[in-house]
Amino acid sequence: MTGKLVDIRNLSVRFKGKRTVHAINDVSLSMEQGETLALLGESGSGKSVTLKTLLGLLPPKRSEIDGSIHVNGVDVLSLRGKALAKYRGGEVSMVFQEPALALDPVFTVGHQIAESVRRHKGVSRDEAMSVALDMLDRVRIPSANRRLHNYPHELSGGMRQRVMIALALACRPRLLLADEPTTALDATVQIQILLLLRELQKEFGMGVIFVTHDIGVAVEISERVAVMYAGQIFEEGTTREIIREGRHPYTQGLLAANLHDVEQGQRLNAIPGAPPALESKPDGCSFAPRCPKALPECTAGLPPMLMPAPRRRVACIRAGEPVVAE
Amino acid sequence: MLSYLIRRLILVLPVAFGVSVICFMLVQIAPGDPLTAIMPIDATAEEQAAMRAAYGLDKPLAVQYAIWIGNLAQGDMGKSIATGRPVAAEVFGAVNNSLLLAASAAVIAFPIGVFLGFLAGYFRDTWIDRAVTAASITGVSLPNYWLGIVLVIIFSVNLGWLPSMGAGPGGSQAWVWNWEHMRHLILPAVTLSVVPIGIVARTVRALAGDILTQDFVQALYAKGMTRMDVLWHVARNAAATALSVMGLQLGYLLGGSILIETVFNWPGSGFLLSNAIFQRDLPLLQGTILVLALLFVAMNLIVDVAQAAIDPRIQRT
Ligand SMILES: Nc1ncnc2c1ncn2[C@@H]1O[C@H](COP(=O)(O)OP(=O)(O)OP(=O)(O)O)[C@@H](O)[C@H]1O
Ligand SMILES: [Mg+2]
Repeated sequence: MTGKLVDIRNLSVRFKGKRTVHAINDVSLSMEQGETLALLGESGSGKSVTLKTLLGLLPPKRSEIDGSIHVNGVDVLSLRGKALAKYRGGEVSMVFQEPALALDPVFTVGHQIAESVRRHKGVSRDEAMSVALDMLDRVRIPSANRRLHNYPHELSGGMRQRVMIALALACRPRLLLADEPTTALDATVQIQILLLLRELQKEFGMGVIFVTHDIGVAVEISERVAVMYAGQIFEEGTTREIIREGRHPYTQGLLAANLHDVEQGQRLNAIPGAPPALESKPDGCSFAPRCPKALPECTAGLPPMLMPAPRRRVACIRAGEPVVAE
Repeated sequence: MLSYLIRRLILVLPVAFGVSVICFMLVQIAPGDPLTAIMPIDATAEEQAAMRAAYGLDKPLAVQYAIWIGNLAQGDMGKSIATGRPVAAEVFGAVNNSLLLAASAAVIAFPIGVFLGFLAGYFRDTWIDRAVTAASITGVSLPNYWLGIVLVIIFSVNLGWLPSMGAGPGGSQAWVWNWEHMRHLILPAVTLSVVPIGIVARTVRALAGDILTQDFVQALYAKGMTRMDVLWHVARNAAATALSVMGLQLGYLLGGSILIETVFNWPGSGFLLSNAIFQRDLPLLQGTILVLALLFVAMNLIVDVAQAAIDPRIQRT
C-alpha cells in the first residue's frame, strides 16, 4: 500500500461562541499505514478535538477549521453528506472514553453493531448480525451469542468497551481513533483492554491514534508518540525516543509526573501551574509560564521547530542543548 | 414480560379496592341528606324512613358497601335519584361519549404535539424552537372553556360552519358515524386538544433536546449513521417517556373535560358529573366517579405495561 494513512497539514480549529477558543493551533501530523501513534497531553490540550476533526464531527456552525486533512488521500474536510457518512465508521472509526454513554441505551449491542455493518456493507439484517457475532467473539466476549441480545446496561464497563471496539472494527477501518478508551475503567480491566487493542491492531493491521494523558499507557500501545499542549504538537518521535530522550521541558515534566515506579506515598513531580486559556492564538511558547527552563526569548515569538532526525521534532528554543541527566 | 403483566395486574387490585371505598364513602361524607332532594318538604317521618329503607340507607355501612359492591359486580349501580333511570346505563352512555371526545382530541393532539416537540428539540435555540415554545405555553395557559367560546363565536355564530351544541343533530344522544354527527365533534375536540398539544410538545422538546446532547448521538454519527438514522434513535429513546405522558393526558382528557362538555353541551361524563353534583344525585355521582377513576387506573396500567414493553431499561421481572 502506498501513500500516507494520515496527513494533517497546518490544522487550526477555532470555536466561536460566547468565548472564542483556539483549540488547535497549526498542527501538522502524518502517519504511515498500520502505524500506532499515541497523542499525549493534559486535559484540554486538544486531543479530542483533533480526533473529532479527523471524523468531521465538529459542530459546523460553531467551529472554524483551517488547514488540510487527508486520510488515504481523501480530503476529509471537503466531505459532505453520503460521502462523509461512508467515510465515518467505514474508513475511520472511533472508540470513545465512556462506553456507557457512547452506546444507545435502548438498542441491543448486536443491533448497534449490525446497524453500522448494514450501512457500510449493504448486507442483509441476518448477515450483519452474524458479522456482529463474529466481532463479539473477536473482542473475546464470553458467550457472545447471548451477549448479542443484551442491552448496554446489562454489561459491565469492560464488556461495554469491548463492544465499542467490536463496533468500531466491524467494518475493518484503516484507521482507529481511540479517545482515552481505558480511562473510565478499573485498573485491571484497563490492562485487558489495552492488550486486546494491541492484539487486534496486529490482527487487522489498521493504524491507530490512541489518545491518552498517561505515558505508561502510551508506551504499552504505540510505536510513536506526539505530545500535545495548548492545541499544538510540542514533540514527536518514536516511543523509545520520547521516553529515553524527551527533549521538550513539557515532555520531561510529563515523564516525571507519570513515573510508575515511584515509591508509594511519594509526591509525584507534577508540573506546577495550569494550561493557558486558549482565547487568542499563541504568539510565543504556550508553555513558557510554567516552564522551569524558560528564557525571556520564549515569550517573544513562536519557538522554532527543531528536527534532529527524520520524523522527530521538538518545538523548543532549548531543545538543541544537550540533555542533562537529572 | 408475562410475569410483569400479572404482577402489575395484582397490584391494581388494592388500588381498585381503595377507589371503590372512597367512592362509596363519598356519599356518606357528603353534607346533607340525599333524600331531602326528592322528598316533599312536608313528608312525615314514616315516609322518610320508608324511602330510606327502599334505598337501603338504613343498614350499617359495611353491609351497605357489601351490597353496593355485589350489585356493582352484576352491573347494577343503582338508580339515579333525579331521573329514576339505572345509573349504569347513564354512566356508560356518557363515558362512551367522553371517550369518543377524548380519543378525538388525542388523535388531533398527539401527532401535532410530538411533531412540534421534535422540531423544537432538534432545532433547539433557534427561532423554530422559540416559536413552538411560545405557542405551547400559550396553549397550556389559555383557559380552554374561553377558547371554546371563542371558537363557537367564530365558527358557529359568525361563519355558521359548525354546530356548537350537542353530540348530534337535534340533540341526538346516540353516536352514529356520519358527517352530521362528526360535525358536532370538531369544535369540542379541537378545543380539548389545545392543552395536550402544548404539554406533549413541551415534553417531547425537552426529551429530544436532552437526548440529542447525549454522547451516543455523536457516536452514531461517528459510525456513519445519517441524520434520519439518528432521529430514529432519538425517537426510540424518547418513546417510553413520551408515551407515558400521553397516556396520562388521555386520562385527564377523559375526566377533565367538564368545562368543555358544559360549554358545548356534550353529553359526556363531565356533563353528567356536573348535573349529578347540581342535582345532588348521589348514586349517579358515585357511579360516574367510580367509572372514571377505574378508567384512570386502567389507563395507568396500560401506560406502565406499554412503557416496560418498549424500554429495556425498565425492570420487567
Ligand atoms: N464544541 C466545543 N465548543 C467550544 N469549545 C470546545 C468544544 N470542544 C472542545 N472545546 C475546547 O477545546 C479545548 C480542547 O478540548 P479537548 O476536548 O480536545 O481536550 P482534551 O485534550 O481531549 O482533554 P481531555 O483530556 O479532558 O479529554 C478545550 O479548551 C475545550 O474547552
Ligand atoms: Mg478528550
